[in-house]
Amino acid sequence: MAELATHGAHPQGFAHQFEDIEQQRDAGRLGMWVFLVTEILFFGGMFTSYTIYRALHLESFIQGSHQLEVKFGATNTAVLIFSSLTMALAIRAAQTGKKKGHIIFWLILTMALGALFVGLKLRFEWYRDYVDGIIPGVHWFYNGPHAPGVKMFMCFYFFMTGLHAIHMIIGLGILAVLVIMTARDRFSAEYYSPLEISGLYWHFVDIVWIFLFPLLYLIGGRY
Amino acid sequence: MSTAIAEIHETPAESGVNYLNVTYGIKSWLLTLDHKRIGLLYLGSITLMFFVGGMAAVLMRLHLVEPQGALFEPETYNKMFSTHGIIMVFFFLVPSIPATLGNFLIPLMIGARDVAFPRLNLMSWYLYITGAAFALVATLSGGVDTGWTFYPPYSSTYSQTHVVVVALGVFIAGFSSILTGVNFIVTIHKMRAPGMTWFRLPLFIWAMYATSLIFVLGTPVIAITLFLLGMERILHVGIFDPAVGGDPLLFQHLFWFYSHPAVYIMILPGMGVISELITAFSRKKIFGYAFVAFSSLSIAIISFIVWGHHMFVTGQSVYAGLVFSVLSFLVAIPSAVKVFNWTATLYKGSISYEAPMLYALGFIGLFTIGGLTGLFLAALATDVHLNGTYFIVAHFHYVMVGGAVMAYMGGLHFWWPKITGRLYPDLWARIAAAIIFIGFNLTFFPQFMLGYMGMPRRYAIYPAEFQVLNVMSSAGASILGVGYIIPLIYFMWSMRYGPPAGPNPWGAKGLEWTTQSPPLTENFETIPIVTEDAYNYPSEAAHG
Amino acid sequence: MSDHTEQSGHSGHIVPVSTYLLVFLALMVGTALTTWIAYIDLGRWNTVVALTIAVTKMVLVVLFFMHVKYATGLTRVVILAGFFWLGIMITLSCSDELTRTWEIVPQGWNMILPVVFRLF
Repeated sequence: MAELATHGAHPQGFAHQFEDIEQQRDAGRLGMWVFLVTEILFFGGMFTSYTIYRALHLESFIQGSHQLEVKFGATNTAVLIFSSLTMALAIRAAQTGKKKGHIIFWLILTMALGALFVGLKLRFEWYRDYVDGIIPGVHWFYNGPHAPGVKMFMCFYFFMTGLHAIHMIIGLGILAVLVIMTARDRFSAEYYSPLEISGLYWHFVDIVWIFLFPLLYLIGGRY
Repeated sequence: MSTAIAEIHETPAESGVNYLNVTYGIKSWLLTLDHKRIGLLYLGSITLMFFVGGMAAVLMRLHLVEPQGALFEPETYNKMFSTHGIIMVFFFLVPSIPATLGNFLIPLMIGARDVAFPRLNLMSWYLYITGAAFALVATLSGGVDTGWTFYPPYSSTYSQTHVVVVALGVFIAGFSSILTGVNFIVTIHKMRAPGMTWFRLPLFIWAMYATSLIFVLGTPVIAITLFLLGMERILHVGIFDPAVGGDPLLFQHLFWFYSHPAVYIMILPGMGVISELITAFSRKKIFGYAFVAFSSLSIAIISFIVWGHHMFVTGQSVYAGLVFSVLSFLVAIPSAVKVFNWTATLYKGSISYEAPMLYALGFIGLFTIGGLTGLFLAALATDVHLNGTYFIVAHFHYVMVGGAVMAYMGGLHFWWPKITGRLYPDLWARIAAAIIFIGFNLTFFPQFMLGYMGMPRRYAIYPAEFQVLNVMSSAGASILGVGYIIPLIYFMWSMRYGPPAGPNPWGAKGLEWTTQSPPLTENFETIPIVTEDAYNYPSEAAHG
Repeated sequence: MSDHTEQSGHSGHIVPVSTYLLVFLALMVGTALTTWIAYIDLGRWNTVVALTIAVTKMVLVVLFFMHVKYATGLTRVVILAGFFWLGIMITLSCSDELTRTWEIVPQGWNMILPVVFRLF
């Protein structure tokens, strides 16, 4: 009277603390969303600080923003949006029972775009910032207008894009693991939860950048 | 026929297999995925940290018997109170009930086999001990002297102590909290047994759920705050440095955005325990179940909008001071609701005074005092006088020690037979509870008076006219210390020599009491189907 | 509790490729628009426009790429709670940081209070 169905054949990937695969799937999804809320608050501390200092020191922030090149910010935004598309297509491939090569193709493309993002950032932005001497605490010899405030702004720039990049790199690691799991036939149209919840993480990292771009690169306009 | 729970197992503890004896060896513990074993891993490490933090407190109180300080140079005294605060807040109080009792009980109470993410659960413990290791190493190499609040510019620029290492330890331990919170939220939402609706849950679960909301929403902010502090200290770049347009108060906003809700992380689980103890030892259903449940959620939510009351005198604007003062009065309301409901539960209950109940009754009185004195501090005008004095120290020790630690002790005593399958000697337990109660009040009540008279906190020396009260406080601290050591002894004794406990030595309601003591690894042989409300003790009318 | 319906969560829901491509296109257009408008002087409205576009892009990613359009109410509550709490942090912090120069002067009825207290 009190038993629930004892499972005969265990579905692929089933974990025994759950009663059934449906519960497991729901739990995994909810868990990732709750984790993403923690990430909202984590980045949120920086966004809060940014909001306050931008309100109090707008001129400095405009000056600081003008040290950044819009074309790289915009290109990287496009790269990340493209990577979100490829991630969504990778999950869709699993959902529709495509062969693993198909799934792996989209995952690898996503990784390539993510790596491109990091590469562009390092080579064309941060390296150039180093050469130009606008990395606070590391290599700083800016003496244009509003120097203290520009230093503050550049702190925000590096902290926020740096934390974002760390999250990207972790995402690349997760994608690599997913590629291996897919190659080992761990997923099917019935079970692809790790892909799905990793996708949520990846899209979140994209969304953070969607805000970082206008907030860091486009302060005060370029007119 | 009203059998609500399927099949009560009367397996004797000494002959059956249970989660403790099913496998042996250090690997089976260090790589366990069983929430009950993880709870015990936490119990051991948290107890260790409690005694480390307690040592710092003992040394502080010994030092303060003399107005000019009996033991330390002021710089060393500063390290003592900082260490005491950091270890007690981050490595004892925050994880105490959630990580030990929460981990152990939540799946049992809701009728599940484990938490939603057992591997994350184990990782939480490893993160906790890694963070604790950083903090301990830093402490042994000289610690920090910034206070547990790490305010810049002292912590970012001027302190010559191991700020970054300690901050890193707290940062890592924060992730332990976050993962625990995620695990508990998902477990409670998704893994309740059939028939276990939200409003049939034990109030301990509501309290743990509310606590988990705070874990998830608050802890990430202290993480980023400590990161920013570390960056400022290492790179000498100023987010909080006024010379470049920064504001030290921004640190305080970010710090207290977590740290105020953190104090509710410390008290809410305790309140959940008290709901369980009061009902069990008055053999009566809780008065106003929905009110108590919703008050837990209200406390969690309102706790996030009051943090500025820690900043009334540090430079916050008058406008914000007004806002936060009004909001801080609000947060007292749900706490008061709980106290009234517990009291009403006691009324006409069939009360017995075993050790857990002594702790619960002590909690109600001491928490009320601590909570009411919080209102003194919420009022702007009185806070100006009392801030930075021993009044604050007394206030928070009343709620955190007289409240949270008493609840933790009560909970440990209540569920000890379930966890270990053994009974502890109740006479010694009651003696220890009385010693703790007396020692606690002797330690901290004089501090209200000292604070009112103006003795500042965090000072290594004090004016001679305060000596009598300080000596009383230190005497109380020694008694309190003895009170805490006694349970350590009899709990350890009971694990080998205590009489076996049956499945339900207290005759309490709740799914955890329908299993054997200690429980099976998988908790239940068959998942129960729940058809009755929580605390469904027979009412007066049903008595023969 | 263990119903295997297609309705629970969105375990079954498969979004057509065309939807993904449309959303992708919208996101790219939004990016181009944001960049283009930055070179036009709209004064304070530059920021408003840029953030509006950013929020729209986020909503598209959340609803379609993250499947929230097909997700349960609980998921939506969780997401909204996250943003609401961020809002609390920003708003109440700003209530201090941006009001440091405000003077709180008793006006109107409040002016009576010091007089009333002196009576007692």
